[in-house]
Amino acid sequence: MAFFIETMLGGLMTGMLYSLVALGFVLIFKASGVFNFAQGAMVLVAALAMARFSEWSNAALGGDSLFLANVIGIVGAGAVMFVVAWAVERFVLRKLVNQEGATLLMVTLGIAYVLEGLGQTFFGSEIYSIDVGMPKDPVIMFEGLFEGGVLINKEDFIAAALAAVLVAGLTVFFQKTAIGRALRAVADDHQAAQSVGIPLNKTWVIVWCVAGLVALVAGIIWGSKMGVQFSLVTVALRALPVVILGGLTSVPGAIVGGLIIGVGEKLSEVYLGPYVGGGIEIWFAYVMALIVLLFRPQGLFGEKIINRV
Amino acid sequence: MFYRENGQFKTSYAADQQIFTIAQDKWFVWGLIAFAALAVPMLADEYMFRAILIPFLVLSLAALGVNLLVGYCGQITLGAGAFMAIGAYAAYNFMVRIDGMPLVLAMLLGGVSAAAFGILFGIPSLRVRGLYLAVATLAAQFLCDWAFLRIGWFTNHSSSGSVSVAKLEMLGWVIDSPTEKYLFCLAFVIAFAFIAKNLTRAAIGRQWMAIRDMDVAAEVIGIRPMFAKLSAFAVSSFFVGVAGALWGFVHLGSWEPAAFSVDRSFQLLFMVIIGGMGSIMGSFFGAAFIVILPIFLNQFLPLLGSLVGVTVSTAGISHAELIIFGSLIIFFLIVEPHGLARLWSIAKQKLRLWPFPH
Repeated sequence: MAFFIETMLGGLMTGMLYSLVALGFVLIFKASGVFNFAQGAMVLVAALAMARFSEWSNAALGGDSLFLANVIGIVGAGAVMFVVAWAVERFVLRKLVNQEGATLLMVTLGIAYVLEGLGQTFFGSEIYSIDVGMPKDPVIMFEGLFEGGVLINKEDFIAAALAAVLVAGLTVFFQKTAIGRALRAVADDHQAAQSVGIPLNKTWVIVWCVAGLVALVAGIIWGSKMGVQFSLVTVALRALPVVILGGLTSVPGAIVGGLIIGVGEKLSEVYLGPYVGGGIEIWFAYVMALIVLLFRPQGLFGEKIINRV
Repeated sequence: MFYRENGQFKTSYAADQQIFTIAQDKWFVWGLIAFAALAVPMLADEYMFRAILIPFLVLSLAALGVNLLVGYCGQITLGAGAFMAIGAYAAYNFMVRIDGMPLVLAMLLGGVSAAAFGILFGIPSLRVRGLYLAVATLAAQFLCDWAFLRIGWFTNHSSSGSVSVAKLEMLGWVIDSPTEKYLFCLAFVIAFAFIAKNLTRAAIGRQWMAIRDMDVAAEVIGIRPMFAKLSAFAVSSFFVGVAGALWGFVHLGSWEPAAFSVDRSFQLLFMVIIGGMGSIMGSFFGAAFIVILPIFLNQFLPLLGSLVGVTVSTAGISHAELIIFGSLIIFFLIVEPHGLARLWSIAKQKLRLWPFPH
C-alpha cells in the first residue's frame, strides 16, 4: 500500500511538471489559435539562459552570493524570453494572420528549430546544472499510517508547490487584470476584440511572454532535477497528451490532465510494465489521451467544438 | 514561345482526359524519366547515389503517401515514420519467415500491413480532426517505436536490436551496386507516382478532396466520410509502408527502430508542406529540398567560415544547420504557403505568355 501511494505521489509530482509545460501550450492556443510546438524549445532556451547567466554572474561575483547570481540568471532568462516573444510576433506571426491551422503549426516547428539552434549557439550545448537551492534529500512521511512510511522527494514537493502558485497567479492574471481580460477577449474572437480597440499584436507579444515565463519556471524545475541539456525539448512531446486529455482551451484542464497523465504513466510503468517489457510510459500517455478523444473529442475540459458548414 | 497549347486539338474523350493534356508537359515528363533512368546512372558517382539520389527517391515516395493523406484528404498525420517502420519490419518478417519469398512481393505485403495499421489508427479521424488528429497519430508513432524496440518477435530476436537483409534479389537479378539500387527505387517511384496521379484524378481522389475542403458538406452530397477517410489512410499508409521497406532494405541495409523515429514523421510532413500540399510534383520538390539542404549546408558552411576567417566547429555547423533550416521553413511558409509546387505552376503560367506578355 505504501508503495502504491509512493508511486502515485511520484506520478502526481511528475504530472505537475507536465502541467507546467502544457500550460504554455494552452496559453498560446487560447490567445492566438496557434498550437505551439516550440514550447519544448522555449523550455530549453529558458533553462539554458538561466543556467548560463547565473553561472557567468556567479563567476563575475567571485562566487560570493549564489542567491544574487540566481536572481541575475532569472532576470536574464526572462529578458531572453521577452526577446523571443517579440521576435516571434514581429517576424513570424504578424505575417501569418489568417493562415490555416496547419501552416501555423508548421511554422512553430520552424521556430522550434531556430530556437534550438540559436540557444545552443549562444549558451553552449553541454549539460549544465541549475542550483536554486532546492533540497535534494528525500523525507519519509506518514510513518504512523503505513509500515515504513512513504518516501517523498522534498524537491518534488517544492516544485509542485511552485507550480500551484504559478497556476493560481495565472488564474488571477487572466480573470482580474485588464490585460488578462484583453487576452481572453482576443481568444474569444479576434475581430471583435480588434474592433473594440484591443491591439492584437501587443496581446500576442504579451501572451508569448507569459508562455515564455511559464517555460522558464518549467525549465528551472526540470533543469534542477535532471540538468539542463538538449533532451529537455522532448518534454514538449511528453506534455502533448496532457493538453489533449485536458482540452486545448482550458487552463484547469492542463493541470488536471497533467496529474492524470503523470499518475497513469507511473502506475502503468510500475504495475503493467514488467509484463510487456517496460518502457511503456510514453505511449501509454498517448493511448490514454486517444481513448479520451474517442469519447470526448474536445478533451475533458475543452470548449465544445462546433462545426458549421 | 515553346510552351503553348494552341493548335493542340482534342478530338476524342480519351485525349481530353489524359494525364498531361498539353503535349509539352507530356514530353517533359517522358524526358525526365528517360534522363533519370538512362543519363543519371552514367553521370552520377557512388556518393551521389548513396547520399542523395536513393534517399531522395525513397523519401519522395513516402512524401507522396503523406501528401495523399494530408494534401488531398486534409487529415494531418504525425505518424508517417511509424508506418514506414511497419512497412520495413513487416517486409523483413515476410522475407525471413517465409522461404523463397520474392523481394517485391514482401515489400508490397509490408505496404499492405502498414495499410491495415493505417486504417486502425485512422479511426480517430472519424471523430476528431486537425491538431487533435495529429496527436492521435503521434500515439501510433510512439507505440511503434516501443514495439519494435521491446518485442523481440518483430526483429526475429536479434540480440543487437537491429535487423538486416542479406541479399536483395529479384527474378535472378542481384541488386547490390548503388546504380542497381537506384534503378530499383526509381522503378518503384515511377510506378507509384503514376498510381497516385491516377487515384487523385479518379472518383476516390475527388471524394478525398471534397472531404478535405468541407467534410460536413461532402457528407451532405452523399460521400461516405468513413470510407473516404479510412481509404485515404489505407492508401497513404500503403505508399509510406512500401517506402519504409525500400528505406530499410535498399538504402540502409540494416536498421534499428531509431531510423523511423518521430523526427522522420516531422521530416515527411515538412516535405509535404514545403513541396506543396495536394500536388504530386510537390512531393518530389519537397523531398529534394529536405534531402539536399543539410548536405549543402554541411559542405557550404565551413567554406563560408573559412572565407570570413572563422573556423566553424562541427557542433557550430549542426546548430547553424538547425537555425537555417528553421528559418527557411518559416520563410517558405510566409512567402509561399502553397509550397514549391505553386512556384512551379506560376513559372508555367509565365512561360505560357513569354515572351509576349500581352
